[in-house]
Amino acid sequence: MTEILDIVVLVFILIGAFFSVVAAIGVVRLPDVYTRNHAASKSATLGVMFILMGTFIHFAAEDHTNTRLILAIVFIFLTSPVGGHLINRAAYYTGVKMWDRSVRDDLMERVGNLNVRSADGKNRKTDELKK
Amino acid sequence: MAFQILLNLFIAFVWMFLKVSYDPATFFIGYLLGLGMIFLMRRFFRSRFYLRNVWAVVYLTLLFLYELLKANISVVKIVLKPKLDFHPGIFAYETELKNDWEITLLSNLITLTPGTLVVDVFEENGKTILYIHAIHVPDVDEAVEGIKNTFEKAILEVSR
Repeated sequence: MTEILDIVVLVFILIGAFFSVVAAIGVVRLPDVYTRNHAASKSATLGVMFILMGTFIHFAAEDHTNTRLILAIVFIFLTSPVGGHLINRAAYYTGVKMWDRSVRDDLMERVGNLNVRSADGKNRKTDELKK
Repeated sequence: MAFQILLNLFIAFVWMFLKVSYDPATFFIGYLLGLGMIFLMRRFFRSRFYLRNVWAVVYLTLLFLYELLKANISVVKIVLKPKLDFHPGIFAYETELKNDWEITLLSNLITLTPGTLVVDVFEENGKTILYIHAIHVPDVDEAVEGIKNTFEKAILEVSR
C-alpha cells in the first residue's frame, strides 16, 4: 500500500516539476509580455498545485494530515489568474507593444490611443509605439 | 437557495431535539430527513431544489480542473515547439452574464483555459464585453464557441 502511494507521490511531484520547468522555459522563449503571461499564469499554477498535492498525499500516508496544504492549493487556484489578468492589464495601459506578428487588436478600437511615457521619456501615442 | 439550506439545518436540529440525542449521526439522519421533506415541498419555494445548485457547483469545479489540465498541455506544446508559428491578438467577447461575481468567475475560467487570457472588462449599456488576449487568433471562433457552450452555461446553471 505504501509503495503504491510512494509511486503516486513521485508521479505528482515529477509532473509538478515538469510544468514548472516548462513555465520557466516559456517565460524565456516567448516573444512578448502577453504570451509570456500565458505560460506563467497557467503552467506555474498547475505545477505548484501538483507539488503541493504530492506533499499532501505523502504526509497524509504517514498520518500527518495537514489541511493547510489543501487551503494553499485553493488560494493559488483563486489568485493566480487574477494576478495574470492584472499584469496583462497594467502592461496594456502603460503601452507595452504586442509582438509584431500579432494580427488583431479589438481593445485599441475601444480605448483609442493612450498617451503614455515611452522609454525615451517623451509622451507618445500608443499606436506609434505599436508600429 | 440559502433559505433552503438554513431550513434543512433547522429540521436536522429539530430531529435531534425530538430524539434527545446530540451526536453527529443523529444530525446526519435529521439532515437527510429534512432533505426529503424539502424535496417533497419544493413547489412552495421560489427557487428550485437546492441540491441541483450544489451539483452545478461540483460540475463547474470539475470543468475548471479539466480545462486547467488541457490549458497546460497546450502551453507545453507551444513552448516546446521549435518554431514560434502562432499569431497572437486581442479579441472582444460579449457575455450575457450580469452579476459581478459571475463575470469575475468567467474571467478566471477564461484565463485558465487553453490559449486565452483576459486583458480588460468593459460595461456598455447593460452588456459586458471582455477583451481577451488569444495566443493563436485563427482559433478564436472555436474558443468563443467553447466558452459559450461550456463556461457560460455552467455559470448560468449555478446562479439560476
